[in-house]
Amino acid sequence: MTEKTITIREQKVHKDYTKVKLIILLILLGLLLLAAAFASKVSPFDPYEQDLGSALQEPGDAHIFGTDRYGRDMLSRVIMGSQTTIFSALLLVCIITVVGTVVGIFCGYYGGKLDAVLMRISDIFLAFPGMVFAIAVAGVLSGGLSNAVVALACISWPKFARLARSQVMTVKDAPYIAAAKLAGSGTVKIMIKHILPNIAGAIIVTAVLDIGTMIMELAGLSFLGLGATPPTAEWGSMMSNGRSMLQTCPWVVLAPGFAIFITVVLFNLLGDTVRDVLDPRNSASH
Amino acid sequence: MQTILEVRGLKRTFYKDKELFTAVNGISFEVKKGECLGLVGESGCGKSTTAKMITRLLEAEEGTIYLNGKEIQNLKGRKLRGIYDDIQMVFQTPQDSFDPRCKLGDGIMESMINHGMTRVKAKTRMLELMQMVELDSGFAERYPHQVSGGQCQRAAIARALAVEPSLIVLDEATSALDVTVQAQIVELLKKLQREMNLSMLLICHDLALVQNLCDRVLVMYQGNIVEEGTPDEVIQNPKEEYTKILIDSVL
Ligand SMILES: Nc1ncnc2c1ncn2[C@@H]1O[C@H](COP(=O)(O)OP(=O)(O)OP(=O)(O)O)[C@@H](O)[C@H]1O
Ligand SMILES: [Mg+2]
Repeated sequence: MTEKTITIREQKVHKDYTKVKLIILLILLGLLLLAAAFASKVSPFDPYEQDLGSALQEPGDAHIFGTDRYGRDMLSRVIMGSQTTIFSALLLVCIITVVGTVVGIFCGYYGGKLDAVLMRISDIFLAFPGMVFAIAVAGVLSGGLSNAVVALACISWPKFARLARSQVMTVKDAPYIAAAKLAGSGTVKIMIKHILPNIAGAIIVTAVLDIGTMIMELAGLSFLGLGATPPTAEWGSMMSNGRSMLQTCPWVVLAPGFAIFITVVLFNLLGDTVRDVLDPRNSASH
Repeated sequence: MQTILEVRGLKRTFYKDKELFTAVNGISFEVKKGECLGLVGESGCGKSTTAKMITRLLEAEEGTIYLNGKEIQNLKGRKLRGIYDDIQMVFQTPQDSFDPRCKLGDGIMESMINHGMTRVKAKTRMLELMQMVELDSGFAERYPHQVSGGQCQRAAIARALAVEPSLIVLDEATSALDVTVQAQIVELLKKLQREMNLSMLLICHDLALVQNLCDRVLVMYQGNIVEEGTPDEVIQNPKEEYTKILIDSVL
């Protein structure tokens, strides 16, 4: 008996802990997103103003993160870069989640030829190592941040299509779907009202976990010169531009690198926490 | 008497371990207006498959289904949805037959809203139906996992009655429930049958229940109908060997 009470209490403690974690992460990410959204107001200096007189200053009182070789304030550029990087990554994740989910739901629900064709196409995309394929696509499309987003969207949607499809397969034969048919609901209504809400959990968790990955990959493409182009403040290209000075002026690389690190960790922690919250084993007692 | 449902030569096969397996082997029967027809048989004899084919949740391979004189086995889209004004079904597992993310009340209202009823009107009607199946109106706001199996099955019956169908198929509607709740549901069905002159196809493997409720009974064995008659006839002098075994196993 006592053993059982302890486990229940432990479960409750764990649940509260998860909730606190979720709230803290949401506040931190909220602040980050606010800073990104109002980057031009938050940055202490103009991130694009060059001042060769104060080039490559070490981090100090005036410039907390120092300045780059054109004398631009690093902190302002990191804040400005958060706008570019985070919002492109969010846009990218939205695109691939929506496209992948829609394709996956149709494939899973109808099956047959349409399913076979679309799944073979997604197999082709999944067969290539993602980043290599993205580099190829971005190369063909020529650089630019929007082309980098397109390239990454091309290689990333099949993952969501697969996920949504397998989830749909598990729910589409449930009696409640049959009941919805008996209520005279059309296919589209069944998909939106009964299938989507029941598969959304797994998709949301994957989407949130993917934000971090996408930030890394976008920064990666930019680092290789296939994403954002100078002078746009973007973390990947900032690191790339500063890499020759890594030994002499490490702050030029470390500032954006640290920003990427923190952001990716935050989004990944959020993904894990969301998974814990949505896990049915944790929410058994509503 | 008017025929509500007529089934001719209904057949369905499945692949089981890569071998063709006939689940329903060309069965024919009809349901008259206001009649309660029982369909009994051992587990796996094809009762649920039959029910799903009649309600077009599963495609029949051969055979014709007439609902109120109209052939329905080839209907699609909007026309297919139209048959659900006349035929409804209650499922074997009450809790699984409600969307876990929708409240019971919304589940009951879905068909009415699909018929263009306003939410307000549908809600009034939904509360009436809840009363008819003797459920407290508070249950409308609950999710399926927050109610008991018996309460869920009452809600499922209310949902099936919402469109005032002429035929309702009950696929072992009571077998997931315990004995006392079963009895309550049976009383409810009897009451509804009296009041609404409802036709029913009652699928079960409880002969006592069949004797209690049904006007006529079909005995099914390995995909075929092996016997047909009034419950008393069938139970008192079974003609087929299988029926005897079935009766002996119950009594
Ligand atoms: N989707 C399917 N795929 C393969 N075989 C199936 C499928 N559905 C049913 N069957 C098989 O068809 C046969 C009849 O199944 P059915 O569900 O109609 O039985 P039942 O009479 O309703 O049994 P119970 O009383 O247990 O509900 C069973 O042997 C079953 O294994
Ligand atoms: Mg069955």
